[in-house]
Amino acid sequence: MTQLNQTNLRFSLSAKLSQYRQIARNGVWENNQALVALLGLCPLLAVTNNTVNGLGLGLATMTVLLTSNLLVSLVRNHVASEIRIPVFVAIIASAVTAIDLWMEAYLYTLHGILGIFIPLIVTNCAILGRAEAFASKNPVDQSLVDAFFVGLGFLLVLVILGSFRELMGSGTLFAQMDLLFGEAAKSLKLSMPDDFHPILMAILPPGAFIGLGLLVALKNMFEQRKSELNRQPLDITEVSADIKPISAS
Amino acid sequence: MDQNTPSTPSKMTRPGGNLRRKMIQSAFYLSLFTLAGISFLLVTQHITAEPIKQAEKQVLLKTIDQILPTTQYNNDLFTDTITVTSPDYLGTTDPVTIYRARFNKKPVAVIFKVIATNGYSGNIEIITGIYQDGTLSGVRVLKHRETPGLGDKIETRKTDWVLGFSGERLQPDQKRYWRVKKDGGHFDQFTGATITPRAIVKAVKTALDFYQQNGDRLYDSTQSN
Repeated sequence: MTQLNQTNLRFSLSAKLSQYRQIARNGVWENNQALVALLGLCPLLAVTNNTVNGLGLGLATMTVLLTSNLLVSLVRNHVASEIRIPVFVAIIASAVTAIDLWMEAYLYTLHGILGIFIPLIVTNCAILGRAEAFASKNPVDQSLVDAFFVGLGFLLVLVILGSFRELMGSGTLFAQMDLLFGEAAKSLKLSMPDDFHPILMAILPPGAFIGLGLLVALKNMFEQRKSELNRQPLDITEVSADIKPISAS
Repeated sequence: MDQNTPSTPSKMTRPGGNLRRKMIQSAFYLSLFTLAGISFLLVTQHITAEPIKQAEKQVLLKTIDQILPTTQYNNDLFTDTITVTSPDYLGTTDPVTIYRARFNKKPVAVIFKVIATNGYSGNIEIITGIYQDGTLSGVRVLKHRETPGLGDKIETRKTDWVLGFSGERLQPDQKRYWRVKKDGGHFDQFTGATITPRAIVKAVKTALDFYQQNGDRLYDSTQSN
């Protein structure tokens, strides 16, 4: 009896885990809010002129996502569908305002730098999007996993783009990390050799667009390479469709 | 068809009653959520109010430390203040707080913010410290959106340009002194960016003018203006 229960438990646990893995893959890679859905670009492009800004906004966005997905998932069965959007908006707006206040209190300088883009998280479509498309239809645990990995996907893009632009445009990496992690993090700063000439454009707005474009292209390149590799050994119909133009030429 | 027509209104009324109940229910739920959100925010605001004030103070104190050494005064700057509204001199219609540094009750310097309104990209927020005799104890840029790599040389992180103001004063007999070199004045501009230094030089000069106009009145404990 206990053995049966155990196998049952193990089975449901492994089912759960594979479910989580699917959600994670989806959030970070396959449906990355910044690279695939291209959502939340306004703050993404505006603040990523260095790593610490990207990380700060990424963490703030992730916290908002976790809060909103949790609350939306909790109330999903009690809210009539006609008023669900206003309710979601109220939840998100409250979460964003609370985080704005909290950052002003404990990360004052960073809050000053990120400025308007913290309150603007409220307009990030990715957050309302996850509330509507996922949290309002799924249980709490899955909604939290979804929020974490969607947030992580967004954060990674912010950090990568921020680091890239900082390196190209200012010739440093991880500068001013003390704004986020206290004085000790000052030593994280890396500098390019003195004869490096920074490309100013990278930290100006055009650099943001070019950088994001490169990231999207890079992701698509990976995807394409992967699908080509997967396709080679099997799936005759697709292979034959691919071969046709070659045999004709 | 004709028989069906009279029944339509009665059919309409029943969902109507349902609809009204649903609407009231929805309104109730919506106000409940809004109320919950508001109370949550009120609590958050209450909790964070004091830390925010402290953080603000800390940052300002750090900046003030750079333009006026703590050894030169021994009063509490944050309680010894007056507020002044002077859009013509200070570049803003908002009231500006003037911090007054004293050593054993004797006036040492005043510290206040001025806004340079004619920067290249929006307002530039500057803090100036002026000794009692009218010389500058120091100038720092607090907030700006000037072009990175060109106009941002006004930051101490980038160049020492802004340190050059320390010890300067109004030169009544030299009309062009408080201008950038390109305009025949005393202060350097940057290659490729003249507008930013020009704006700051002008703002600092009007700050000095403001001090000259008001002089020791700024040290009185009563509110001026």
